[in-house]
Amino acid sequence: MTSLATATGVTHRYGDVVALHDVDLEIGEAELVGMLGPNGAGKSTLLALLQGLRHPTAGTVRLFGGDPRDAASRLRLGSTPQETALPPTLRVGEVIDFVGGHFVDAPAGRVPTAELAEEFGLTELLRRQTGALSGGQRRRLSVALAFVGRPQLVLLDEPTTGLDVDGRRALWEAIRRQHDAGATIVVTSHYLEEIEALAKRVVVISEGRVVADDTLAAVLARVGSRWVRLSTPDPDRIATLPGVAASVPDGDGVAFSVHDSDAFVRALVASGLPFSQLQVRGATLEEAFLALTERSAA
Amino acid sequence: MISTLRLTGLHARYTLLETMRVPIAVIGAIAFPALAFLFFVVPQRMVAGDPVLATQAVVQMMVFALMANALFGFGISISQARETPWEPYLRTLPAPAAARVLSQVLSTGTIGLVALVPVVVLGATLTEAHTDAGGLLLGLLALAASALPFLFAGFAIGYAMPMKVAIAVVQIVMFGLAFAGGLFLPPALFPDWLDAASRFLPSRQAREAAIQAVQGGEVPWWAWGGLAAWTLALLVLTLVLYRRDEGRRYR
Repeated sequence: MTSLATATGVTHRYGDVVALHDVDLEIGEAELVGMLGPNGAGKSTLLALLQGLRHPTAGTVRLFGGDPRDAASRLRLGSTPQETALPPTLRVGEVIDFVGGHFVDAPAGRVPTAELAEEFGLTELLRRQTGALSGGQRRRLSVALAFVGRPQLVLLDEPTTGLDVDGRRALWEAIRRQHDAGATIVVTSHYLEEIEALAKRVVVISEGRVVADDTLAAVLARVGSRWVRLSTPDPDRIATLPGVAASVPDGDGVAFSVHDSDAFVRALVASGLPFSQLQVRGATLEEAFLALTERSAA
Repeated sequence: MISTLRLTGLHARYTLLETMRVPIAVIGAIAFPALAFLFFVVPQRMVAGDPVLATQAVVQMMVFALMANALFGFGISISQARETPWEPYLRTLPAPAAARVLSQVLSTGTIGLVALVPVVVLGATLTEAHTDAGGLLLGLLALAASALPFLFAGFAIGYAMPMKVAIAVVQIVMFGLAFAGGLFLPPALFPDWLDAASRFLPSRQAREAAIQAVQGGEVPWWAWGGLAAWTLALLVLTLVLYRRDEGRRYR
């Protein structure tokens, strides 16, 4: 596997705050990587290091084998601006041409403005100033800009934040088409649903450390994909039943994170331990993080 | 190299396009030196009525106009841009630092040169200032070249500090350089120690270089030598600050 970007033993500090702690990460060709983490976990810092915006306090970051702080290393990299960042007085077509103008010398050349606009549903908006776009339209333009240079590696930071359900699905479709066409994509999000829909590999970052880096299925299995909530006088013994990944107090009961809720319920009944008010539901992202961060701290 | 030049043009074009879409910013930069000339030079008949002194006053005001435009245009717009998320995005694009720096010079420098036009027109019509076509051409070339240290000083300020600090620093630097460099009061009125000290300042050096280019005569060696040294030092400082820059740092 050819690696497009690597971070080796990377630590980054802002003054006394350690944003990243000894992070190793390798992004290979044709991957679609989801990067998950709560706000302030270090996702954005890691992306900023890969983009050459910041310099690691310790360790090395390589992009296409070079230093990401050299402009030439970034010729095959695509990134999204925050949608609030677009210069309000420039027209949509002008912003695309401005960014695209950086890639006319790239080996693959740039995507023509009309073709890119068609792909991301911007055709009707090309003459519009970006200040006059809706939040969703600005999001689409921001994501489209990441693809104008026919990049090999695309970093998408929270690409669908603030979009409605339709807009989100349309953008996912566009991202999948670009991936199928050969682009490696790293997408950060704090929506588990988004990572589930898009990613094949999942990297979970918490408090500046990589706490999980595996296939989507393997990470979900580690998190415990179901939660079982019940009331019991004896939660400690239930927590020792096979398949229990974590337990947390929940109101007047206890919630158990389990890999297989059916097997757990059978084991619970067979154990003869007292319980009542049993509920089974899927894990939410917040709970997934709780489970993963508890494990990383242990 | 060719692609750096092409990217320089690309960035300058879109920066100017953005600026032109909010024309009040351009109008301010153009009107300020003209108004200053109208209020401070034209009513003083002793200066305005004397061909040599009036021409010097026009040149001094042109140096001041370029210096103010450069310090404000670069210092404040760069520090402001560093606080918006568009600037960090541009830094992820494959454009070398030199292209970003040179494009700023082209775009803000263009506005600065346009700002000179009203001062020249007012000087020619309302005072006794005069020169020939050759003097005007040489003067403009000298002004453009001698503005380089101010461009890079503005850059260094813009990349070194947040906007609120930059506004204060730019004003102190601008008025300090203007007074001590003889842009408001001619150096003929300076005490000896100030006259000697001011020869180390880029504003004084720019004044001498531009006045000699317009009126002819010997250019003191320290004028162009000093300007070259300031330009080089501030260019290096700018490139170092740009590479070190990681956007605004919170503590």
